[in-house]
Amino acid sequence: MNARITRRALLLSALPAAAQAQGFAGLGQGGDAFAEPQRGDSLVFPRDHAPHPGFRIEWWYLTANLADPDGTPMGLQWTLFRSALGTAQGADWATPQAWLGHAAITTPERHLAAERLARGGIGQAGVTAAPFDAWIDHWRMSGPSLSQVRLRAATPDFAYDVALVADRPFVPQGDAGYSVKSAGGQASHYYSQPFYAARGTLSLGERNIPVTGRAWLDREWSSTPLAETQTGWDWFSLHLSGGAKVMGFRLRERDGSAFTSATWIAPDGTPTPYGDGAFRAEPLETARVAGRDVPVGWRVRLPDRGLDARVRAVNDAAWMDLGFAYWEGPVGVEGSHDGTGYLEMTGYE
Amino acid sequence: MTRAALRALLSHWMRAPFQLVTLMAGLAIATALWSGVQAINAEARKSYDRAATGIGASADSVLTAEGGVPHAVWIALRRAGWPVTPILEGQVDTAAGPLRLVGVDPFTLPAGELPAMAEDGTGDGAAPALAFITPPGQLLVAPATAATLAGADLPPMVEAPGMPPGTAYADIGIAQSLLGRDDVGRLLVLGPPPLGAAPIADIAPGLSQARPEAQADLGRLTDSFHLNLTAFGLLSFAVGLFIVRGAIGLAFEQRRQMFRTLRALGLSRARLLALLTAELMILSLAAGTLGVALGWLMASLLIPDVAATLRGLYGADVAGGLTLAPSWWLSGLAIAVLGTGVAAAASLWRTATMPLLAPAQPRAWARASEGALRLQGAAALACLAVAGIAWGAFDGLVAGFVLLGGLLIAAALALPVLLHVVLAGLARTAIGPRSEWFWADTRQQLPGLSLALMALLLALATNIGVGTMVSSFRLTFTGWLDQRLAAELYVRADSDAQAARIRSFVAPRTDAILPIRSVEADLAGIGGEIVGVADHPTYFDRWPLVAAGPDVWRRVGAGAAVLVNEQFARRTGTWPGGTVDLAGWQAPVAGVYSDYGNPRPQVMIGLDRFAAMFPEAPDSQFGLRLDPGGVAALRRAILDRFDLPADRVTDQASVKQLSLSVFDRTFTVTSALNVLTLAVSGLAILTSLLTIATMRRPQLAPVWALGLTRRRLARLEVLRALLLALLTFVAAIPVGLALAWILLAVINVEAFGWRLPMHLFPTDWLRLLALSALAAALAAAIPARRLARTPPADLLKVFAHER
Repeated sequence: MNARITRRALLLSALPAAAQAQGFAGLGQGGDAFAEPQRGDSLVFPRDHAPHPGFRIEWWYLTANLADPDGTPMGLQWTLFRSALGTAQGADWATPQAWLGHAAITTPERHLAAERLARGGIGQAGVTAAPFDAWIDHWRMSGPSLSQVRLRAATPDFAYDVALVADRPFVPQGDAGYSVKSAGGQASHYYSQPFYAARGTLSLGERNIPVTGRAWLDREWSSTPLAETQTGWDWFSLHLSGGAKVMGFRLRERDGSAFTSATWIAPDGTPTPYGDGAFRAEPLETARVAGRDVPVGWRVRLPDRGLDARVRAVNDAAWMDLGFAYWEGPVGVEGSHDGTGYLEMTGYE
Repeated sequence: MTRAALRALLSHWMRAPFQLVTLMAGLAIATALWSGVQAINAEARKSYDRAATGIGASADSVLTAEGGVPHAVWIALRRAGWPVTPILEGQVDTAAGPLRLVGVDPFTLPAGELPAMAEDGTGDGAAPALAFITPPGQLLVAPATAATLAGADLPPMVEAPGMPPGTAYADIGIAQSLLGRDDVGRLLVLGPPPLGAAPIADIAPGLSQARPEAQADLGRLTDSFHLNLTAFGLLSFAVGLFIVRGAIGLAFEQRRQMFRTLRALGLSRARLLALLTAELMILSLAAGTLGVALGWLMASLLIPDVAATLRGLYGADVAGGLTLAPSWWLSGLAIAVLGTGVAAAASLWRTATMPLLAPAQPRAWARASEGALRLQGAAALACLAVAGIAWGAFDGLVAGFVLLGGLLIAAALALPVLLHVVLAGLARTAIGPRSEWFWADTRQQLPGLSLALMALLLALATNIGVGTMVSSFRLTFTGWLDQRLAAELYVRADSDAQAARIRSFVAPRTDAILPIRSVEADLAGIGGEIVGVADHPTYFDRWPLVAAGPDVWRRVGAGAAVLVNEQFARRTGTWPGGTVDLAGWQAPVAGVYSDYGNPRPQVMIGLDRFAAMFPEAPDSQFGLRLDPGGVAALRRAILDRFDLPADRVTDQASVKQLSLSVFDRTFTVTSALNVLTLAVSGLAILTSLLTIATMRRPQLAPVWALGLTRRRLARLEVLRALLLALLTFVAAIPVGLALAWILLAVINVEAFGWRLPMHLFPTDWLRLLALSALAAALAAAIPARRLARTPPADLLKVFAHER
């Protein structure tokens, strides 16, 4: 999961210059005195829904594939990033914890995105495990537990308010939640909840749209910085017909090669991890987005599971034009399996 | 042929190097004054653009609370979705003097609002963020401030060139501990709320919301300042062109014979003109380059004062440094070439139309013509008419400046006419042939000197006008400060309760306690302030009223009437006898007071009535009357006992001193330009006299031959220059006073919203008279000396030569 970690680490570098950490901005450096993920540290819930401030970076990352009453596909994103700017654990104003929120809505015609920044320690942003509450300003994911939450975000242009309910357990990625990401031993703690049923309202200006659909939560924390050779990645989270889920990514190396990884999640939530080469993704078509060519049509394959499908963006223009810009939006799946999903792509300069 | 002709033409400058120096100097100075002023303007404008995106400038509104907005209220607003960011401001007393500290939250403040920090040397461009937000924190300061504060007991300082002097930005958490506060100061509302957000009043009922300090007003005020500077720049350039005109005229006159010879040798008219134009082009480019460099030097010397001016007067921050675009250099060169073209046009035209075989008559063009004078008089009247129409028919700053410009040009054009008439009158008093010759000869010289004298008139009028304005302003301002800052100490407590405790603490040690209470209010559609004023002799003995109805203080004290500030009165036309709507009360206006430096409308009402109308208004500020000897001790005692930041208790003397020092720096630029303009006009006289001197030999030779010695002739020359300067000075006084009146009563009212009383300073005029006489005498001395030493043989040659 190196790709995702480093990608989100980059996202956090979108903090204003004055809020960046000296150590943090140097992505090639080691984690110093930050905690490192340990194999065998088992996940304990709800404890691990809460922040792990000893680690450098952490996120609560939610995407939802929704549809309006006419069946028009739509998507939303709600993300809360935590970044420790330093290893000292000061309180109140002196905390080194910085928080960043991203929210977006995508329809076939429109894509709207916004971000919020806050420091920890002063009540403006944070996460508590039980009852579950994750917030930055008024953007909030809260409920009696992380299996049953209300998700809210609003900007002057768009808003959403969606109830999420999951009836299956959280899915550990990698080796019981210890996700090895490279031969160098870099790793993260990583689990997901891909089984949310979603129901709520999207607001676009004055227009309120009732929506239903499925949502996927990723939880990950680590201290590992980016490898110098990585140029970007393409990451897929797919809800397949029949109830199975696939998480797969393709990490692009500077020399043109790619490293892939995937997890097949059975309808009952049982994960099967796959190493490099099992999952394949090749771009089929590109679109001109924000002044660059971005692949918006893909062929993805996981032969071991008979998966060979075409993935196509719901809206080519799902560009997150924020402090750190990237592409993230809902996709449709057709082929061996049908379905929906989310795609995120970075490094397309 | 061309080559030979060019060599012949250029050889003139070898023979007359002083003329070359004059021409180059005149053009360089004119260009320098013009481009220097342009550079200052450009730099200041650039700074406003920066300021427009600076802290608070982009805010939609500002939320305040007495004693500062509590931390919890800020978080509550954030969690309700409102994009608010805190600004905690205060003063820190350091060993090196007071430091204005501004605490910001770099997370909620939009990126780019903080000035870029100087490179910290880590090389990867990473800002020292963690060090900024965690103890001991860092202070962002201007390099000059860092130097001043070196060694003070403060957090580490990081230099940021864009910072205003004497100010430091810090993380708000750091600022709280340095200022000893736990609130977050005020909140800037940075944009619209998200969909579905509750109104601010529902989330945080105790806050007052106001528009940020009116940026439009700032733009208007600074526009006026820049228009002023531009006008000065143009005037200086025009005065400089008189020198260029003089030098070019001289160079062409002295080469008339050469032109004739060259033409007679077969050089075509077109080729001659092309060569002359090329020569002028080269000279103007060289002088222009020099001038632009000088302008840059002038601007970099003056810009710290301009920066201080704009900050002091308008609160606009201008960086003290200078960076210039290539377009500025090019425009400086262009104006030099253009100016040379304008100055040389007449000479070129005359050369073009010179009959090939006509005798070269240097004085022909200088001959007075009744027709030309009449034309000039008519032009003067036309300019005056334009000025009058602009004043009568239009409002606004531009009309004010058209009035100003029209008047000055009209005065300059009318000067030769006036001098002609006056000299004709004086000629009638002549006794004996010598004085008759003197007057006649003076009149004869007038056309040649009139350009220089017009320049002198403009320079003198500007000096008198601007001097009168500045001195009037200073006198009024000083008096106003004395009146307004009546109390010896001013105290601002954290809360009403603390204010009450301070009052009971100081009561035995003071003569009077004067509460100062105010609320923000909408006054005639504009955000303003309603102030409660105590019924106390401190006010009604001294408060500066510009208009008052009968029994004003008794009625205000009794709550039956109100006072309004001059800005409000002028903006709405509400004077004593009118009424103003205060929360439904149609309050009669009993008087109008002057309120310099405040761009917003303000209304004062009796304290009892205020308390009844606005019971919820804070009551935490007051003035203290006491024996001046005890001020310092009491201030210290209040600060120590109530643990207040230093800026909460201010004494009258230091406020006054600060205000006056701001004022004096304000007009440094003006006086610098005044002196330069006067110097340039002195140079103009010198070059004009030099031009005339050589041409006058044929006129002087007969007088010399009739028995007047060269010495006497020279003395008469100096006397004549002095006389003309004196006459010009006399003419300049009414023009200058008219200029001052326009500045005070028209431009000021348009730009600032208040009118200043005009005071006259005749001793300043005497000094100016002495200066201009000195300039004229110095300018006349060189040609006079030369005349006194002209070998008699040269004078005799006049009779021998065919010219």
